Amino acid sequence: MPYVPHTEDEVREMLATIGVDSVEALFAEITEDMRPQSFELPEGLSEMEVLTKLEAMANKNATDRVSFLGAGFYDHYIPAAVDALTMRGEFYTAYTPYQPEASQGTLQAIFEYQTAVTRLLGMECSNASVYDGGTALYEALMMAVRKTKRRKVIVSEALNPIYRTMLESYTSNLDIEFVTIPHKNGMTDIDGLMAAIDDSTAALLVQNPNFFGSINDFTALFAAAKEKKAVSIISSYPVLQTLLKTPGAMGADIAVAEGQSLGLPLSFGGPYLGIMTCTKKMVRQMPGRIVGRTEDSKGRTGYVLTLQAREQHIRRQKATSNICSNQSLCALRALVHMCALGELGMKRAARVSIERAHICAERLTAIEGVEMLTSGPFGNEFAIKLPVNTFDVIAKLTARGYVPGFPLGKYYDDLEDGLLVACTEKTSEEQIGIFAEMLRGALK
Amino acid sequence: MIPEDLLYSKSHEWVMVEGDIATVGITHFAQEQLGDMTFIELPEVGDTFEAGSEMGSVESVKAASEIYAPVTGEIVEVNEALEDAPEMVNEEPYGDGWMLKFKIKGEPEGLLDAEAYTAVVESEAH
Repeated sequence: MPYVPHTEDEVREMLATIGVDSVEALFAEITEDMRPQSFELPEGLSEMEVLTKLEAMANKNATDRVSFLGAGFYDHYIPAAVDALTMRGEFYTAYTPYQPEASQGTLQAIFEYQTAVTRLLGMECSNASVYDGGTALYEALMMAVRKTKRRKVIVSEALNPIYRTMLESYTSNLDIEFVTIPHKNGMTDIDGLMAAIDDSTAALLVQNPNFFGSINDFTALFAAAKEKKAVSIISSYPVLQTLLKTPGAMGADIAVAEGQSLGLPLSFGGPYLGIMTCTKKMVRQMPGRIVGRTEDSKGRTGYVLTLQAREQHIRRQKATSNICSNQSLCALRALVHMCALGELGMKRAARVSIERAHICAERLTAIEGVEMLTSGPFGNEFAIKLPVNTFDVIAKLTARGYVPGFPLGKYYDDLEDGLLVACTEKTSEEQIGIFAEMLRGALK
Repeated sequence: MIPEDLLYSKSHEWVMVEGDIATVGITHFAQEQLGDMTFIELPEVGDTFEAGSEMGSVESVKAASEIYAPVTGEIVEVNEALEDAPEMVNEEPYGDGWMLKFKIKGEPEGLLDAEAYTAVVESEAH
């Protein structure tokens, strides 16, 4: 399938069909003063000049930093097969062709992706993906509001604050009431959440591991939500999901995740991948595209978009969402990544990441004045408290090539001294040692 | 296919009133317009509705559309069989394809008899 813009010949042919003799004549209706005076685009350049210019810009990036930054986005190793396979011409396009007569390959790839993430999260259904983890969370919330016809949403403050900001801006013009249950020293306040659920609750939003890295089992909490007919929504971290109790096993109604850690580079914040899965009971509220497997008239397997009745092209005013596409290429990367690593490889990557983070936590808290913020189990990310302002330490160490982590004070007023530290399988013990010594020095 | 002994709404629901209980479904004309049913979304026992308000939806291979309460009252029974066999609405819209039973509050108002409903169908079919 070639993806090329209109050639001059095609443009001429189209104009002739319409019956005008130039593009200028086509827009004659728009008066001069209504037209943009300039798009401020520079003149075109040759390929070589463009490359030189872009390389000069790219070289300004500090690509050699050792980073302990996580906060929802992680620098995991991506197998070479991911680039090699996803860059094939059959797949490598920003456009997602859905028509079953022409796009069986794309549809099958999406179906396989749906199968993989559904298994990973222990859920029953998945959509073809949405833009990112935050969007997935918002769409999940709206599913719950539609399903329950209620408007109160209970949110854990230990849910990623970046997502909570997104939820607030997405819903600013909607009649939705947020009840935020404060974190307790970085721990999810399960009792507080439990007490807040009532007969007017549409949804309960929690995260595992939470923003501070703490791991929880929400089974009892979700059972309490079910009793009040509220929808349980969990945001999770797919890499650790190979080892942790799955959202499905906990009884979640909807499980969402940021899929970046499955084969997507950090790439300054995008494009990422919003994973959305749910129980069969909820699937008719699922927004966006869903690919299903069926048979044609000759009994041959075929893949098609399914459950389309609530899509905006069918009934706009009643559509479940304005999402009408998916992050196909990113979803494909996630699928190839999962297939390349396999179950054992994924578990190993998760284990090594967790192991490194525990070594790191031990080294850092051995420094005088540094202590853990949270208690209880954590995965590959943990929160510590420093005896000084975190922002100063970050500035000091970053200037010397080590990014120590995420300043919790950016989102939590009472945690100016808090630092969120993440490790992955790419973090070496040597780097952890150097980081610990640098921090010790910076605190003197 | 418009039984004489039923009452109808302009939005193509049929109603059979027996004492203070009204059985409700969608008409033969409605199911024909929608095509093969794939999913029927119904309210729950105990839910209350005002006549004319949205109470659920039907999804077919062609479209999804709302169903409206033809009477005011409380749901006392739901046809659970439609969850697994929505095609019963196509096969027997006035029989096994019934949807809900209401306990009526007050007198049903604004419903049409078979003759008036036939006129509605004829005007819409053209």
